[in-house]
Amino acid sequence: MWTRLGRSKRTPSLAINYVVLALLAVFTLYPMLLVFLDSFKSPDETLSNPLGLPREWQFVNFVKVWTEAGFSRAIPNSLLVATVSAVGVTLLGALGGYSLGRLKPRGGDALTVYFLAGGSLPAQMFLVPLFFLWRKLGLVDNLWGLALIYMGTGAPFAAYLLRAFFISLPRDFEDAAKVDGATQLDIIRHVVLPLARPGFLTVLLLNWMGGWNEFFFANIFLHRQEVQTVALRYVVFSSEYFTDWAMTSAMGVLMMLPVMALFLITQETFIKGMTQGGLKF
Amino acid sequence: MEVGLGRKVATKVPGRVPQRRRRSSGSLLFEKEILPWLFLLPVVGLNVLVMLGPSGGSLYYAFTDWRGLGHANWIGLDNFLKIFRDQFVSIAFRNNLKWMALALFIPPALAVVVAALLAEVARGQRLLRAVFFLPLVVSTAVGARAWQGIYHPLFGLVAWLAQHGVKFLDIRLLGNSDLALYLVFLASLWKSWGFPMVLFLAAMQQVPADQYEAAIMDGANRFQQLQHITIPSIRPTLILILVFTLIGSMLVFDFIFIMTRGGPSNSTEVLAYRMYLYAFDRFQAGYAAAIGVMLTFWSGIVTLGFLLLRRVGWEV
Repeated sequence: MWTRLGRSKRTPSLAINYVVLALLAVFTLYPMLLVFLDSFKSPDETLSNPLGLPREWQFVNFVKVWTEAGFSRAIPNSLLVATVSAVGVTLLGALGGYSLGRLKPRGGDALTVYFLAGGSLPAQMFLVPLFFLWRKLGLVDNLWGLALIYMGTGAPFAAYLLRAFFISLPRDFEDAAKVDGATQLDIIRHVVLPLARPGFLTVLLLNWMGGWNEFFFANIFLHRQEVQTVALRYVVFSSEYFTDWAMTSAMGVLMMLPVMALFLITQETFIKGMTQGGLKF
Repeated sequence: MEVGLGRKVATKVPGRVPQRRRRSSGSLLFEKEILPWLFLLPVVGLNVLVMLGPSGGSLYYAFTDWRGLGHANWIGLDNFLKIFRDQFVSIAFRNNLKWMALALFIPPALAVVVAALLAEVARGQRLLRAVFFLPLVVSTAVGARAWQGIYHPLFGLVAWLAQHGVKFLDIRLLGNSDLALYLVFLASLWKSWGFPMVLFLAAMQQVPADQYEAAIMDGANRFQQLQHITIPSIRPTLILILVFTLIGSMLVFDFIFIMTRGGPSNSTEVLAYRMYLYAFDRFQAGYAAAIGVMLTFWSGIVTLGFLLLRRVGWEV
């Protein structure tokens, strides 16, 4: 009986697909939805109404996050770190990637392998000496010091990605320019950079998002509240005041907004870039 | 998009490139030998400062009694021997192994099944793919706290269930040492399973539809199709994901740190968290470096094993 009710072999029904996918969509979206809805509730309502919509949508949590929880400092801090490190990674990666992909120096292949392997070196390998080195250099509790770490760890892999990108660009324009007697720098400025723009944007986007979300290094290298980034401020504040779940949620929403907006606008670039990033071999 | 860019450049570029006909051999040497390395200098230099140099530091300090400050005395293999006697390390290691067992099986299985289901669906495919990918762009900090909210007896889903008659849930779930590790793992699963799913989906979309049609004609059911067509098509990706999992499971940190800090009663203790404590809380920098070296040793072994198997002709 049961088997006869099942779908026929010729025209597979997609009902099972949609049921399973819908359940997983709920599993995926519910934590974000919980944070979103609770950010508009009063602290009392987060307790009395843990699942439903806010009875009265209020924005006071967001104001409190800005004025009382230190986000007025943390947001500019994160904007600085994310932007500086993303621009830095893209710049260093572009220079290195162009050199490896187009100028092909002697020893470049070995360096490419290192960039690939070095990029997957666990942070635990260099974390401890790096911390004490940074402290000696006055770079602990310093946003530029943190940005340098993101750049030093992120740029080799960016160079690796952009190397592949430069190799894939057609050489015709370059050759034409060379015949005309243009120098290497001229060629880069006028031919290669405009063509490579999509590759740069991917690297920029992913590293900006990484810098905005990053917790591991921020947690170790930033201690004073004035320099904390959003991810760190969020975790520290919500450890101290976890019971103010409404405010914790409002902070979470402010953290999710920029990355989700970027993701929704640039979905294809994003998914392609991140999956390439994971497939290093 | 690329075509459009190409066209723009083609109309703009050639006229603007400055004309220089003669070049000395000195400038040729500069362009061939020196310029490429000048371009590489910033990325290599910064990487040496941040990663390579300190990695060398770890290799040295792992053999010393360094406290992070002051002088470091050479103590030979003492730190490494201590790792094997350290009861916290052994608790942590067992938890990492549990985590690995779960991570090797659950996320890939979920990702394969969902990718297979999603590949068959035309309407809503892109939207659902974006939904499942979304947790990957959300900070681990927010994801971890959101799940703490869900598990909390006062704020989220568990609280609601407890209020509506599911009485056994009226406890601090994360305070239960039998459950905590699995609950943290679920939060981490939520965050990361979309990644292999998107990779599998991309691989499955390369499989020609007539292979499935032929299989259906031969009377293959869904499971047989999965086994004989889908899985082989994603095999290289799957193996890569398993390699990442073998490495990543030993390095778990963020979710543990934010949600439980190793507790309750060491039930979520993991190696990276132990190392963090030794380095920055207990002033045993040399010992922490030794643990870091061991963790890196493990990822090196896994990577080498993978490359070796591939070299001897395994289709991995």
